[in-house]
Amino acid sequence: MKHESIEINSALLIVLTLVVISIGGLVEIVPLFHIKGTVEKVEGVHPYTPLEQMGRDIYVAEGCYLCHSQMIRPFRDEMLRYGHYSLAAESQYDHPFQWGSKRTGPDLARVGGKYSNEWMTQHLIHPQSLVPESIMPSYPWLMQPLNYGDIADRMKALRDVGVPYSETQAEYDANVKKFGKTLADQFHIPNAIKSVKEEAASQNWDGNPKEITKMDALVSYLQVLGTMVDFSKYNQGYFSKFR
Amino acid sequence: MSASTVAGMAEQYNYDIVKKFAIMAMVWALLGMSAGLYIASELAWPVLNFDIAEITFGRLRPVHTSLVVFGFGGSALFATSYYIVQRTCQTPLWGGKWLPEFTFWGWQLSIGIGVILYMMGYTQGREYAEFVWPIDLGILVTWVAYALVFTMTIRNRSQPHIYVALWFYMAFILATAILHIFNNLAVPVAWNSLDSYSLFSGVQDAMTQWWYGHNAVGFFLTAAFLGMMYYFVPKQAGRPIYSYRLSIVHFWALSFLYMWVGAHHLHWTALPDWVSTLAATFSILLLLPSWGGMINGIMTLSGAWDKLRTDPIMLFLITALAFYGMSTFEGPLMSLKSVNALSHYTDWTIGHVHSGALGWVAMITIGSFYHMVPRLWGAKLYSTKLVFTHFWVATIGIVLYIVAMWVSGIGQGLMLRAFDQYGNLAYTFVETVTFMHIPYVVRALGGALFLSGMLLMTYNLYMTVWGARREAIDVQDQSAVAVART
Repeated sequence: MKHESIEINSALLIVLTLVVISIGGLVEIVPLFHIKGTVEKVEGVHPYTPLEQMGRDIYVAEGCYLCHSQMIRPFRDEMLRYGHYSLAAESQYDHPFQWGSKRTGPDLARVGGKYSNEWMTQHLIHPQSLVPESIMPSYPWLMQPLNYGDIADRMKALRDVGVPYSETQAEYDANVKKFGKTLADQFHIPNAIKSVKEEAASQNWDGNPKEITKMDALVSYLQVLGTMVDFSKYNQGYFSKFR
Repeated sequence: MSASTVAGMAEQYNYDIVKKFAIMAMVWALLGMSAGLYIASELAWPVLNFDIAEITFGRLRPVHTSLVVFGFGGSALFATSYYIVQRTCQTPLWGGKWLPEFTFWGWQLSIGIGVILYMMGYTQGREYAEFVWPIDLGILVTWVAYALVFTMTIRNRSQPHIYVALWFYMAFILATAILHIFNNLAVPVAWNSLDSYSLFSGVQDAMTQWWYGHNAVGFFLTAAFLGMMYYFVPKQAGRPIYSYRLSIVHFWALSFLYMWVGAHHLHWTALPDWVSTLAATFSILLLLPSWGGMINGIMTLSGAWDKLRTDPIMLFLITALAFYGMSTFEGPLMSLKSVNALSHYTDWTIGHVHSGALGWVAMITIGSFYHMVPRLWGAKLYSTKLVFTHFWVATIGIVLYIVAMWVSGIGQGLMLRAFDQYGNLAYTFVETVTFMHIPYVVRALGGALFLSGMLLMTYNLYMTVWGARREAIDVQDQSAVAVART
C-alpha cells in the first residue's frame, strides 16, 4: 500500500492513528490488573479508618504530593533515610495513589510513628519553628474544625472503587475475619460518623481535645503511613521475588 | 489563483475564532507564567506563602501547570489548528459559527473555573490532571466538539491531500481524548460534591496516571506543536519542508513510540520491573523520530541560513527546534534507570520539563504567533526590533532556568546519596534544601526574564493589532471623503 492512500483518506488516517497510539498503553497497563505478584502478598495492609481517610483527602487537597513523595526506592541511602522500600501492596487502597514525583521535602511513605503528634502539629502550623531552614509553607488553618458530615458518602464512593468498607452484615463479617473486630467496626459505613468522633477522641492528636479539627485528621493519616506492614516477619529476599 | 480570489477566500475563512483563541493564549501565558514565577519565588523565599491557604505552593502549582499547558498551550493549539486546517484544506471551518464558538467558551470556562477551584482546595491530586470531575466532563464535551469541527473541516477539503501538519494535530486530538477519558475515570462522592475517588488504586493508578502524564507531553506538548512547526517553519522560510519522506517516518514512529514511555516516571518504584524496562527501551528508541523531526525542521532552512541574521521570527522557530532536539536527547538519557536513580525526585526533572516547555513549546508558539497575528488582522508587525529583543531575553531566561535546575537537581541527588567515611549518610535532607536556595533564586530570575519577554510580545502584538484597526479606520475615512467629493 502506498502511503499516499492514507494521505488522501481521512477515515483511514484516523483509524490507523488510533491503532498505532493504542498499542503501548494496552501492552503496559492491562497486564498489571492480571499478573499475580504485581501487588505483593503481604499481611497487615488495611484500608484507612474514616478519620485517616479524611486526613488523606486534606493531604490531596493541599497538594502535599507536589513536594513530598510516598515511594521509597530500593537504594541504600533511601532505606537508611526512610526505611524499607515501598511495596505496591502498601498503596493498594490509595485512590488516587500519592507516590509523587518530586522531593522538595523528604519522602513521607514511612513518616508514621517517627515523630510525636505534638511535633507533627507544631510542624504543620509553623515548620520553621522546628526546622529553621525549612521552606515549607505554614498551615495554621488546619486547626479549623473538620467537616466530616459527608464521610459516609466518601466511604461509599471508595467502596464503589473497590475499598472493602462494609455496608451489609455479610460484608462486615468478612471484614471482622480479615482485619479484626476493631478495624471492621471502623470500616462499617453506618458507623462512619461515630467512628470519626471516637478516633478523634482516642488520642490527643493536635492538643485541642474540644474540637475535631482538620489537624486531627491529617495527623492521624500521617501517623499511619508506612506502619501497616511488619517487615520483621519477612525474610530479606522475600519481596524481591515480586519485582 | 489571483490575488483577488485569495482575498475573497480569506473573508470566508473563520478568522474570528482564531483571533479569540490567540488572544486568550496570550492572556493565559501571562497569568500562568506569573503564577510560575510566584511559586518559584515561594521556594526561594517561603515567606511569600503569607500563611494564606489559596496561594500556598501546593495549591498554586497546579494553577501554574494547568494555565500554561492547557490555557496557553491549549488555546494556542486551538488557534493554530483552526488557522492551518482552513488554509491547507482551503475551506472554511465546519460547524457554522456556533460550534467553534462553543469550543472556545467550553475550553476557557473549564480552565478558568478549574484553576479557581484548585485555589479553593478542590483537586483530583493527579499531576496535570488535577481538574475535578465536573470540569473533566466539560473538557470532554468541548473536546468532542473540537474533534468534530476539525475532522469535518478536513472532510470538506478542496485539496485531495491532507497536509502533514494536520496529521499531527489529528493524532493530538485523538490521543488527548483517549488519555483524558481513561486517566480521569473516577467515582464522585456525591452528585453535588466536587470530590471524587479514582477508579484505580496504587500501582495501576500510578501507571495509568504516568501513561497520561507523559503523553500529555508527547501528544499535547509535542505532536501538536510539531503540527505547528510543519506549517509555520516552511511558511516563514518560504521553502518546502526538507524531506516529505522524513515527515512520514517522523509521524508514525512518534505516534507509536510515545505511548510506551510513560513508565519511565516510575523507575525503581513499586511498579514491576518489566514495565519500566519496556518504557526505558522505548524512550531510547524515541530519540530517533524526535531527532528526525528536528532535522527535518532545521534543514528546511538549508540554503537560506542568512534569514537567521535578519528574521527574528525564523530565529524563534529554529531555536525552538534546537531546544526540541536538546530536550529529546536529555529525556532518553534521564529514562536510563541508572541516571534516573539520581535525577528522579529532583529539580533536574523540572529543568528538563522547562527546556521542553519554554524552549520548544513556548518558542515555536511565539514564532508562529509573530507570523500569524499580523496575517489574521491584515497588518504589518509593529516592531521587528522588539522581536529580536524578545528572543534574547527569552533565550537568556531559559538558559538561566535550565542551568539552575541542573545544579540544584544533580547537586541534591549527589548529596542525598553521599556517605561519610564511616558509612553513614553524609547529609541530612534539610541540608540539601539549604543548598538549593541559590539555584532557586537564579531559576526565579530566569523565569522573570522569560515572562518579561512575553510582556514585550504582548505589547508588540497589541500595537500591531491596534495599528491595523487605525489603518482600517483611515481607509474608511478616506472612502467616506471620496464619496462626499463625488
